[in-house]
Order: sequence, then C-alpha cells, then structure tokens
Amino acid sequence: MKRFTWFNATSLTLGFAFLYLPMVILVIYSFNASKLVTVWAGFSTRWYGELMQNEAFLDAAWVTIKVAVMSSTIATVLGTMAAYLLVRAGRFTGRTLFTGMIYAPLVMPEVITGLSLLLLFIGIGLDRGVLTIVLAHTTFSMCYVSVVVSSRLTSFDRSLEEAALDLGCTPFQAFRLVTLPIIAPAVISGWLLAFTLSLDDLVIASFTSGPAATTLPIKIFSAVRLGVSPEINALSTLMIAVVTVGVIIASLVSKRAAVARARDDAAAARA
Amino acid sequence: MVNAAEFEPWSDPDAVPLIRFQNVTKRFGEFTAIDDLTIDIYEQEFFALLGPSGCGKTTLMRMLAGFEAPTSGTITLGGEDMANRPANKRPVNMMFQSYALFPHLTVRDNIAFGLKREGRDAAFIAARVDEMLKLTRLERFGARKPHQISGGQRQRVALARSLAKAPKLLLLDEPLGALDKKLRQDTQFELMEIQETTGTTFVIVTHDQEEAMTVASRVAVMNEGRIEQVDTPDRIYELPNSTYVADFIGEINLFPGTARRTDPPAPPDGTAPAAAKSESQPPANEAAGWLVSRLSPIFGEGADGKSGAPDGPALLPRPDGLEIDWAEGADPIVVSNATEGLDGGAVTFAIRPEKIAVSADRPDLPNAFQGKVIDIAYLGNVSTYHVELPTGQIVKAQTANTRRISARAFTWDDTVWIGWTDTAGVVLLR
Repeated sequence: MKRFTWFNATSLTLGFAFLYLPMVILVIYSFNASKLVTVWAGFSTRWYGELMQNEAFLDAAWVTIKVAVMSSTIATVLGTMAAYLLVRAGRFTGRTLFTGMIYAPLVMPEVITGLSLLLLFIGIGLDRGVLTIVLAHTTFSMCYVSVVVSSRLTSFDRSLEEAALDLGCTPFQAFRLVTLPIIAPAVISGWLLAFTLSLDDLVIASFTSGPAATTLPIKIFSAVRLGVSPEINALSTLMIAVVTVGVIIASLVSKRAAVARARDDAAAARA
Repeated sequence: MVNAAEFEPWSDPDAVPLIRFQNVTKRFGEFTAIDDLTIDIYEQEFFALLGPSGCGKTTLMRMLAGFEAPTSGTITLGGEDMANRPANKRPVNMMFQSYALFPHLTVRDNIAFGLKREGRDAAFIAARVDEMLKLTRLERFGARKPHQISGGQRQRVALARSLAKAPKLLLLDEPLGALDKKLRQDTQFELMEIQETTGTTFVIVTHDQEEAMTVASRVAVMNEGRIEQVDTPDRIYELPNSTYVADFIGEINLFPGTARRTDPPAPPDGTAPAAAKSESQPPANEAAGWLVSRLSPIFGEGADGKSGAPDGPALLPRPDGLEIDWAEGADPIVVSNATEGLDGGAVTFAIRPEKIAVSADRPDLPNAFQGKVIDIAYLGNVSTYHVELPTGQIVKAQTANTRRISARAFTWDDTVWIGWTDTAGVVLLR
C-alpha cells in the first residue's frame, strides 16, 4: 500500500495544526522583541530575561514546584497503597464499591472537587496556603497513580511475593525488596503523571489557594485578565517545556518497562 | 528404587515422622479441597503427591509452606504444631511451579536472598552461594539475570535458591512441568541425586505419574481431597488398592465381575482362613503368605514374596483360588492371589498390559482368551496390541519389541490368543 498520498498528508497536517498551532504561535511570540503581543518585531529573548526579574512570577513558580513535588509524592505513596490493597485483597464484599470510589474523582468535575475541598478547609479552619493546595492535589492525583500502579500489579506474579515470604521475608520486606523494585517503573510514571497534573491545575488550585500562596497557572490566569504580556508567553513556553519533558520521561520509563517485561515473557515462553 | 530396600522408616513403628497431618480439612467456601486427611512423612523421604489437577495436592503443599491454614486438624513439623507459624518462620522452603525467580536480581542474588534475610555474614553467604551454584552446575551463570538463562537453568536456580537455607523440608510444586520431556527426565535423576547428597526431605507435587514413580520413595495418590493410597512406587503399581489408583497409574485392563471361591486346598494352619476373612485382623500365619493383598502394604516385607513366582508381579502367591465371572458366555478368570473373603462379592479384576502374553496358539496358561487384533500401537521399545474379545471387551496387551519390525508376528485383524497366569493381576473390591 502506498503510504504517502496527498490526502494522508493533508489530514495529518490539519490534525496536528489543529492541536499544536496555538502553542506554536505562543512559543514564537515568546521570542518577539516587541511589547505588543500581536506585532512581530524581530527575534529576542528579552522577555525571558525580564521574567527572571519578576519576583511575583518566580514566587509562584517556586510554590507550584513545591506543591507538585509534595502532592505527587504523597499521592504516589497513597495511590500505590490503595492499588496494592485492591489488587491483593481478592474478593470481598464491597470490593467493586471501593474500586469505584477510588476512581470516581477521575470523572468528578474539578469545580465540584475544588468547591467541596474549599468547604472542608473552611469547615475545619485550615488557612488556605501551600498545605491546602498540596492536600487538594494529592486527593485528585492519587487516583491516577492508583490506576497506573494497579494495572501493573494485576499482571504481577503473586508467587514472587510468596517466594520472598518463603525465604524468610516479613510481608513488608517482601514488598520493599521484591514487589516495589519490580513495579517501580509503574510507580515512577505514576509520580510523573501526578507531578504534571499538579503543575498545570488551575481550577482546584484557585479554590484552595490563599493570598499567601499562588501557583503559576493562577498567576498567569489573573495576569492575562489585565492583558496578555510577552512575559506570560515566555513563562507559558517554559511550562510547556517542563510538561513535555515530564511526559516524555514518563512514557520512556513505562515503555522500557514494557519492553523488559516482553523480553522476560518471551524468554519464559522459550523455556 | 534402590533405597526402597534399605530405607523404609514408614514400616518401622518406632520411627518418628517429620511431618504429621492429623485429620486436616481445608475448605474454600463451599468447596472442600482437603477432606479429613491424615498422613505421616518421614525424614529424608522423597515423597510424591500425585493426582489430577484439583485433587488438593497443591493445597496440601501450600499448607505445609504456610500459605494456607487448615480449616481444622493439625499439622506438625518436627513435633511442633505449625498452626501459628507464618510462612517466613518455617524451616521449610518451596520451589515454585513458575520458579518465581526475582527478575531484578542476578542468579547469585536470587540464591543469596534467603541467606541475607537470616542475617548471615557476607563471607558465609558467598561460600554457601558458591556451593549451591556448584551443586546445580550453574557456576558460569552467577552474574546473569533470570531472563538471560534457559528454562532448564532457571529451574536449577529455583532449586538452588530453595536449598540455600538448608531447610528441613523442601517442597517442590510441579518443578519440572515447564521442561520438555528429555530435559525433564535428566532433571529427575539430578533431583534424586541432590536429594541424596543433601539428605533433605523432599515433598513433590506432580500430576505426572511417571515422574512420581521415578523420583519418589513413596507416592501418595490423591483424589478429591483424600489420599487413595500411600506406598512405594512398585507397590502402587503392582498392588493398587482401588480401581482409581489402578487406572490412574499406568495402563490397565479392568474386568468388572463377580467373585466365586473355588475349593481351596487345606491351609497349612487350620485357623488361617478364619483369620483372613476379616480384613481388619492381622493374619495368623504370616510365613505362609496368608496376607490379604490389600493389607500387605501395611504389614510390610513379610509377605512381599519377592522370591515368589517367576513372573514377577505374583507378589502374593496364594494356595486358595478365585474365579471371576466377568461376562456372559466367557470363561471365568482364574485367580490364585485374591482374598478368600471376596467370595460372592462384586470385584474388578485388574491386569497390566505387559502381564498379558499374545500368541498365535492357545497358551498353556490358566487364563486364555481368543480375540482379534484391532489396533497396534507401536511405541518403539514396546508395542501395545488392542485385542477385541468375542464379548466386545478390548484388552490391551503389551509386548517388548525384541525383534526387528519385519519379524513382527501379528498384524491388524489377525486372530490371536491372549493369556496370563493366575497371579498376574489384582482383584479389587468394587
């Protein structure tokens, strides 16, 4: 079959243009020398330089990274634990209910999640700041981690853990020395997923952040309401870069794991 | 089995078993996997649990390892009740069917895994791992990962890992199931050698009867959560105690029928027939061979009759006789090694194909029947003839192919005689 036809080429171009043209324009304009966003006045990295001088943006960036690291770490621990229990506990009454409840936040509208968290924090008198954003991000990103990890655990050979117990491990040692190293790629990609989700969240963060702590998406959003500045373009470009790198690493990690598993399986089949 | 002659702790009433299952029952919900099972396994035994899938043999083994707890009954190991001992605190190691090698560790680290948990010092671990690598002939593969070695090598790593801690008891769950036939046979002999070298008690689970017969000092044939028979491989084969065991182990011809006692010659001891009538009583005169075939495995060597009739299987030549009416219009089967107590009872006569002779002329044997060859299975070393009798029953008879194929005497549709001695088969109660 002939792969290259004008029709294929056109649909591919249109498809990708639809997806990426806005971002490409943003990236290009971030290198615009002019202060006017819509007028091209030559190439410059001026706005990146100015961005580095902007305390408010730098603060917000630092908060965002802190929140993302903390929430994705906590979410990874909790999500892995939840996945491990749900996969390992076998059949018990209410298992489907529990599984469903773990995954429900995936489809819950973010506005609802944000609002209910806000009500909770007000209710228990927790001042909004970094801590509340971390808690909120942990809440929704742990379900993503749990989905990723549990799909790996279902294909995990249970007898490996039994072998570890048989050789003298306590159940926790068996998890730490055998299960965790083997499912590590899934746990890492779960962490990266949670990290990127936290990085670009606007809705939930805007409900749960306080005046003391603002994340970058909120900062950008509020700055844009006063008019788009080239600085914002530069900042957004940097964020696109970070997210892209994160996603690429996550997919590489899980792809390498899949290749290694396929190789093991093929070797086992040959045996 | 060579060591069957000298190694028989199960027939020594003073021997203390290493493992003792007492009235063990295991239920999974409604399903009873193990049904009131009692069994003793002795130190240094190579004990095989044999049965079809779902018979409970794996459950039995997992209870020994500590992965399942019995619903009722007790399991003792070395005199100690195992009820509250978790798997990681038992002096038992298991070799898993899937081998369960840790994919992220090298062969060396896999073998060292259990030793490290014991908190042994590095020098001891290194020496022990080297010893294990040598025992399983894996010296060159220590640095490799499990996926970088062949299936047979992985099997040996699994064995080395489970032996490294020098357990009192090694459990092997279908250890050779993943290997091809040739490699499996070689490995069976390796396993036996390693078992003898290390002196470890081995309990092996298998559904392959040939494997069980080859490696084990005793075989327990299991069916639906119960043990049908526990005995040495030769006795299991020659003296099955039920049609289930007879049918499960090897090939066998079964003739359901009714037993009829023929006039017995006067016994050497007048009290003997009365004694033999009740199966629960020990025979009065052991030396005379008044042993019920079904009881002889329990009472041991005295009645084994290894010096008996030249046709080998006649383990219990008996002075009394039995005729079995098995089909309308057919001559009864003449048996001289059955129990007198069976008179008038519903029995099954069981005979192995290799105990049946095939000839062109009527053989000079107590049992001779004419039939037609309907099929010949040529297996290289032996041929199995499927002979159809006038009653419609198909009898399998096996002959060793001592002559070249061109010299074979019979072919399809030939009329032949089959025959056997009066001690070649076994009479089983139905």
